[in-house]
Amino acid sequence: MIDLSVQLPGLQLKNPIMPASGCFGFGREYAQFYDLSKLGAVMMKAATGEQRYGNPTPRVAETSSGMLNAIGLQNPGVDKIIEEEIPFLAQYDTEIIANVAGSTVEEYVEVTRKISAAQDVKAIELNISCPNVKEGGIQFGTDPQMAKEMTEAVKAVSQVPVYVKLSPNVTNIVDMAKAIEAGGADGLTMINTLTGMQIHLPSRRPLIANKTGGLSGPAIKPVAIRMIYEVSQAVNIPIIGMGGIETAEDVIEYLLAGASAVAVGTANFQNPFVCPEIIEALPATLEKYGYQSIQEVVGGAHPNE
Amino acid sequence: MKKIEMEVLSNKQIALDTYEMTLKNKYVCEEAKPGQFLHISIPNFTLRRPISIASVDQANEHVTIIYKIFGTGTDALTTIKVGTMLDVIGPNGSSYPVDHEVKEALLVGGGVGVPPLYFQAKALHERGVKVHAILGYQTAEAVFYEEKFKEVAHTYIVTNDGTKGHQGLVTDLIPEVESFDAYYSCGPLPMLKAVKNALSGHEGYLSFEERMGCGVGTCFACVIPMKNEKKYGKICQDGPVFRAKEVIL
Repeated sequence: MIDLSVQLPGLQLKNPIMPASGCFGFGREYAQFYDLSKLGAVMMKAATGEQRYGNPTPRVAETSSGMLNAIGLQNPGVDKIIEEEIPFLAQYDTEIIANVAGSTVEEYVEVTRKISAAQDVKAIELNISCPNVKEGGIQFGTDPQMAKEMTEAVKAVSQVPVYVKLSPNVTNIVDMAKAIEAGGADGLTMINTLTGMQIHLPSRRPLIANKTGGLSGPAIKPVAIRMIYEVSQAVNIPIIGMGGIETAEDVIEYLLAGASAVAVGTANFQNPFVCPEIIEALPATLEKYGYQSIQEVVGGAHPNE
Repeated sequence: MKKIEMEVLSNKQIALDTYEMTLKNKYVCEEAKPGQFLHISIPNFTLRRPISIASVDQANEHVTIIYKIFGTGTDALTTIKVGTMLDVIGPNGSSYPVDHEVKEALLVGGGVGVPPLYFQAKALHERGVKVHAILGYQTAEAVFYEEKFKEVAHTYIVTNDGTKGHQGLVTDLIPEVESFDAYYSCGPLPMLKAVKNALSGHEGYLSFEERMGCGVGTCFACVIPMKNEKKYGKICQDGPVFRAKEVIL
């Protein structure tokens, strides 16, 4: 019997698979397709202090082996999410991870204070890496000192463990990860999208109204694998990996690189059933490569391990 | 809405850059309403493509869609061979009302906004509603479904360059239609704005096209400003058909 369970700070995962923030809303739509209790966890769409409308459209574009998006953190605001969305997800036997965003340190702190106190929220994913908003977001995720201070401020008020979501749009991802670990983070999630652009030939203008967008999908998987491989050897906190995962083999690759669990993002749009299909395929795939549990795969690609 | 496989029965060019594809599936035939769309997976593409339903043949379980080549995705769709099983999510989204008290209806369509209006024209015609249809195209070569519309509606053809029918814009011909209780429109955003302005004061429904991510309401890629409490609607889930009075254009 293959053991798919994973224990992480605040999270008792029955399996290491969860939909990534922003690719699953608050679960209502995909609950029409399958029982969300199959999932290890759900990473909710970002919450900000007040309702946000987001960016003008078009907000998405197809790219080679991926897509660009510039949604702009559209969400109903933290209070509505606590009142209306968390109770819906709490019906399911899965762990809820709340994604927190904002424009200022004060906003991040306030959203964390509220949402970490909500019943059934087991962990915070601190989104200091959204490339699609003008204020906040990525500015906190590209400067190690700012990232450390943000982590400290949020940790001081959070009632649950805090996982900080890293941006790949940095020169040295290891320095960022170490600063965030020093700030008291309980874990890392990585990677957020890579900033990109596509120009529409007929109009000779960027296709996305925001001009730039975040690149996701299989195109970014090698970048994520490399960054997780480096970061996981430099820090002592667990990593939830993400970026282009579509199959159980991809999951094993992430685990070998050093992730303890993974999130599936863009692939949900192509195949709403991708998460349960990966979960179903995982035991046989682990067995094929000689593993009996998730834990024994983690970091397996590192030297001398 | 379900994820299903649909067998491709035909896939042929019917006008300039415009293709008609017929697919077989019982579930979609039973569920589809005018205005709804199919979210189609094209092999080797990351995102599905939303394409509206042009008609349904319940007896034979056939669903017809019409699409125009806009980019590499729709271009690849033209190469899909008869007999292929297409991976489809559908039918998605809202629909034009057909059961409200309407005796005479006006349809205004532009380009690939025309296909869902054919589905609506047939549904209204079957209910005994008198239907007027103003259909706009770029040029004569781009015109499709003129004869089919004429079977169910009093039809006006408009081309931008005047190579067929009236030269100009669909809104030019709206004054020609003397009476109607409601209007239904689909087409590019500038056309929908013009139609809404020309028909303010009339009860109407607009269907929108937009680049979509998930197509089922989770990703917030295809939103439109609205006069509601949350200030927006999702085109894929709350739309693509909205009451004209409720959207902000």
